[in-house]
Amino acid sequence: MPLDLICPAGNLVSLKAAIDNGADAVYMGFRDNTNARAFPGLNFDEAQAMEGLRYAHDRGRRVLLALNTYPQSDSWSRWTGAIDRAASLGMDAVILADAGLMRYAVKHHPQLRLHLSVQGSATSYEAVNFYREHFGIQRAVLPRVLSLPQVDNVVQHTDVEIELFGFGGLCVMVEGRCLLSSYCTGESPNSAGVCSPPKAVRWTDTPSGLESRLNGVLLDRYGKDEKAGYPTLCKGRFEVSGETYYALEEPTSLNTLDLLPEMLKMGIAAIKIEGRQRSPAYVAQVTKVWRAAIDAVKKNADGFKPTAPWQAELNKLSEGQSHTLGAYHRPWK
Amino acid sequence: MNLSLGPLLYYWSRDDVLAFYEEAKTWPVARVYLGESVCSRRHLLRLPDWLALAEQLAAAGKDVVLSSQTLIESESDLKTLRRMVCDGRFRVEANEWGAVRLLSEAGAPFVAGHTLNIYNPETLDVLAGLGAERWLPPVEISRAALAAILASAPAGMETEVFAYGRLPLAYSARCFTARHYNLPKDDCQFRCLDHPDGLALSTREGEPFLTINGIQTQSAGVYTLIDELPALRELGVASLRLSPQSRHMGRVVEAFRAALAGEAGAADALARVMPGPAVDGYWHGRAGLEHRLERHA
Repeated sequence: MPLDLICPAGNLVSLKAAIDNGADAVYMGFRDNTNARAFPGLNFDEAQAMEGLRYAHDRGRRVLLALNTYPQSDSWSRWTGAIDRAASLGMDAVILADAGLMRYAVKHHPQLRLHLSVQGSATSYEAVNFYREHFGIQRAVLPRVLSLPQVDNVVQHTDVEIELFGFGGLCVMVEGRCLLSSYCTGESPNSAGVCSPPKAVRWTDTPSGLESRLNGVLLDRYGKDEKAGYPTLCKGRFEVSGETYYALEEPTSLNTLDLLPEMLKMGIAAIKIEGRQRSPAYVAQVTKVWRAAIDAVKKNADGFKPTAPWQAELNKLSEGQSHTLGAYHRPWK
Repeated sequence: MNLSLGPLLYYWSRDDVLAFYEEAKTWPVARVYLGESVCSRRHLLRLPDWLALAEQLAAAGKDVVLSSQTLIESESDLKTLRRMVCDGRFRVEANEWGAVRLLSEAGAPFVAGHTLNIYNPETLDVLAGLGAERWLPPVEISRAALAAILASAPAGMETEVFAYGRLPLAYSARCFTARHYNLPKDDCQFRCLDHPDGLALSTREGEPFLTINGIQTQSAGVYTLIDELPALRELGVASLRLSPQSRHMGRVVEAFRAALAGEAGAADALARVMPGPAVDGYWHGRAGLEHRLERHA
């Protein structure tokens, strides 16, 4: 089915919220660093995963397991163990980034459906087809760096289903190719499953304003009337040639509601909503809007226009209360 | 253990590039990586120019490797990549998995670059099976993590480690240099040419933090493993990659040569020509921006 809605499940409550509000599938991680949202208090142990699977399957929905960090040699068995558990639990697919782990999955669980994670950094059909030929991946999630015509070119040249990010946090860098977080804190999404980890964050009230620091590095300083957001490294204000500004990216969210008709015509298989670290209420609200929007565009693609209430609802939930089309829209670059 | 001159990550004038490699012919580096691996808009040297340069450096006795583009976005990026693979005269460094596909289909042995994200021996073994005969770990790798990979590395695989230069940390669709000048990427006016060692980015308290290099973000600190040669040797590392900088690169190479030869004062000589503060946190399993000496201080 085109334009499946894939929603984040950071815990069981979020999973149910996503399913109840119309997600076609949810994605989750186990409670360790085998996934790229390895935050304390988040994710699923085996019993919870089983309950989540039952809840989704009873309602005809699917559960995808993110195993999208890069296995470290000394703890390789943690990742292969996670693959084994995914297979025995009956996960509908696993989302992988590492080629070695894909080879393991194919060898030991040939029936397990594989998706290429955005952390695999595949931005061309040559890369996507590589994973298809060698590991039989069924779907690839593209990094948030291609323009829509470039996405279309990938779709035209592969049998692999293409999934795109539709809404939520905006990675400015190619996912899987960003080490800014480990440069600053020692932990990156690739190796530790976290970006700008909460444990490295310090807030300090100073005479010159509220300061956010990541492992001691000043990421931003906020004036009295400014709203402070989570200090994600690439969304801080820095000095370049004497100018202080958001040198890499503003605190803003990706929102591609406007692009749904084009994505539908292109044959995009699925839209992913970012945010396993967000609250169940957030997941419920975002899922509800996107369900309505996807149903509307499927009914009448040419007449589709995002409604004002949808956009208002999503803006309210967006980082910095603002949104962008990101790289899908060329001028952003 | 020998030295490799990494691909030029910045955008320099054609004359400056040619002068740089003219000099490089005389440097004690065994291997030279050539080509534009960062931004497809940079065109003062195109593939045929790089190939001509490759011929000259090969004639000067260098092992020449062509470095492929790290972020492939368009069909024209793929065309350049295919031409590089099809040429066949020189080995190619694959910096993303599309290049791996093309090289393995062509049956061409290749170098697996540091952006392929090889964090375990299983993935290294996959690449060996596809024709990789040399590889670079991710630049964030620690000594301990590298040792764990090498303990089970495929036979005959040569390891090259990024050992000197500003660390290439991230790649984006967005050009941060163009953004700094309020220019759209498609009309960037090639401002990278004004910044032969990138554009410095500091925190609001003036601490050097990162370096903007077009679509690439580098560290402000200069990674150096010149004090770690015994450990690198013990691990069986075959080559050290030195990443080009616009000034004193010959002296950087000379310092590493002297260090490899066990000559005294090499590290001090290197410190005098580094364009920023030294960092080595990654190697010690810590934040990349840290430096061993500061921690001990």
